[in-house]
Amino acid sequence: MHPVINSAEGLAGVVFLVTLLTTAAGALIATTAVRTIRAVAGLALCFIGVAGIYYFLQSPFVALMEMLIYVGAVCVVLVFAVMLAEPHPEKQVGNINPLGGPLGLGVGALLAWALIALGRQTVWTAAPTRLNDGSMPELGHALLTTYSMVFELVSVVLLVAIIGALVLGRAGRSKA
Amino acid sequence: MNILDLSNHLQTYLVIGAVLFGIGFYGLLQRQTLIGMLISAELILSGASVNFMAFNRFLAPDPTVGQIFTLFIMAIAAAEAAIALSIVLAVYRNYKTIDAMEITDLKG
Repeated sequence: MHPVINSAEGLAGVVFLVTLLTTAAGALIATTAVRTIRAVAGLALCFIGVAGIYYFLQSPFVALMEMLIYVGAVCVVLVFAVMLAEPHPEKQVGNINPLGGPLGLGVGALLAWALIALGRQTVWTAAPTRLNDGSMPELGHALLTTYSMVFELVSVVLLVAIIGALVLGRAGRSKA
Repeated sequence: MNILDLSNHLQTYLVIGAVLFGIGFYGLLQRQTLIGMLISAELILSGASVNFMAFNRFLAPDPTVGQIFTLFIMAIAAAEAAIALSIVLAVYRNYKTIDAMEITDLKG
């Protein structure tokens, strides 16, 4: 299949390229920005790109959840943390992390290169038949039948996390 | 392989997942503040999620499993972010810093 640029498939390909670029650029901003608030903004950009990737993977529901949970909740919580606990935004102190800089860059690049090489060299064989089409009704059905136990356990985990966050945030404060 | 046809190949998604993982790992090593480390950890989780979704789309016999696993990763990541940020705030209240190199009370 060789789509041309002025067809629907070609346009979708251009949008996909933009999505990939958004993801990579957001991730780079999130790890290299000096100010933490800019890193959070880069993280939000990266998550928007990841949501687009999920959409191209035929999972609009997971893309929507990515926007809701990551962009809408996690990034906002991070912004709150930055507001509450970022005393000196542009302070660059002398005690430099020994793993930062070239060594960290080398380790990260080596890991990414190894994973990419592994993914490209392996011969992936698709399953001969698919049980369903992976649409949203199938997803909800599986979530409430086959995986209902895990679903409940995740709810308990979230409840414990909320209570734990409240307890941790409460501890150390005066009783006033 | 046509560049406009990239979205129909498994390898594209594996590459972007590995790139996200590598960038996140680099950030985890390089960042000095606890919030920066948390941001990098979220990137690593995203890389893993992209891999799950790609295999789910192209290879899996039951295409709901990968989506459900990704949803669970999101739930765990949200719980992790909430807990980690309240720990960061508690650390900040006690030490007046969130620099990982300065929180050294237990250092031998």
